[in-house]
Amino acid sequence: MAKSNKPVVWSLFAAGGTLAALLAPVLALLFLLAALGRAPELLGYARLHAFAANPLGKLFLLTVIALFLWHAAHRLRVALHDFGLRRDRLVAVVVYLAAGTGTALSLLYLARI
Amino acid sequence: MNERMVQLEVLRYDPQVDDEPHFQHYEVPCKEEWVVLDALNAIKESIDPTLNYRWSCHMAVCGSCGMMINGEPRLSCHAFLRGFAGVIRVEPLAHFPIERDLVTVADDFIDKLKRVKPYLIPGEPRPIGAGEYLQTPAQLMKYRHFSMCINCMLCYAACPQYALQPLFLGPAAITLAHRYNLDSRDGGREQRQQVIATDEGVWECSFVGACSEVCPKAVDPAAALQQVKVASTLDWFREHLLPGSAT
Repeated sequence: MAKSNKPVVWSLFAAGGTLAALLAPVLALLFLLAALGRAPELLGYARLHAFAANPLGKLFLLTVIALFLWHAAHRLRVALHDFGLRRDRLVAVVVYLAAGTGTALSLLYLARI
Repeated sequence: MNERMVQLEVLRYDPQVDDEPHFQHYEVPCKEEWVVLDALNAIKESIDPTLNYRWSCHMAVCGSCGMMINGEPRLSCHAFLRGFAGVIRVEPLAHFPIERDLVTVADDFIDKLKRVKPYLIPGEPRPIGAGEYLQTPAQLMKYRHFSMCINCMLCYAACPQYALQPLFLGPAAITLAHRYNLDSRDGGREQRQQVIATDEGVWECSFVGACSEVCPKAVDPAAALQQVKVASTLDWFREHLLPGSAT
């Protein structure tokens, strides 16, 4: 039996999972504060816009968004398998296509800022 | 010494006679400090000599008395009666075919164990005159706790992926491959990677972690499999992206 090509998607999954464990709780908290209109001055529109306009800021945002998406896609694929859905190839195509589309769209939007 | 009556519900199955497995109820006088295996021995000695099960050492070393006790894979020599209330349900290890009563057919596991080559494969021939292999304590600690596996198969009975996909190499076999891959005296990693870095090898694992929870020797197969995934991922990028290193 040949060696698997799963390391490609697994490495994105693992990197995304590590990043999500570090960043997701604080992001959820900040989004909640912003939704309640209590965002700290640091998260004001002008400052975030400037952050997203900076090339390093763009790279950071793209990394976070893309890795979160690829992590979620792979997690969903495995979870569906565990729930008894056996159409793995179809599931894989759908979830990775979604993650790929999300990555491409973030790249597009970030490039336009 | 305190004695009390313990109720056991034991799965019985003789494929030559029974259409399907059924439970048999036993009431056994047991001593307070007994384990489930002692109760089974008491049944066999004085109540029902037809009961079949495997055991040998009675001290969690041989790995032959694994069974489902109240639905959990345990070594029956390690499961104290005082830890259970009410009727204790004893069944053969899950995910393996039943040979008879509590005895399962282990052929699948033994075959997988052979396929991962769980022995030292020297990188280059070494004459006996060269003396013994020397290993530092640090080199030993790299693999030592993965070498504690007693092949009891509790991790296979706990693994939901093995239940879903019987071709999965499974926790113990991959952990043992990893144990030899980490050994400084070994040179056989690439041979084992051909077997374990496959879809039916380590990549079938979704890191549920049940294997590590039930392991009676604290081998932590889940950690071994995660380490194999990381190492196999680095291999993949090395083999596909670095020129001239394809194997």
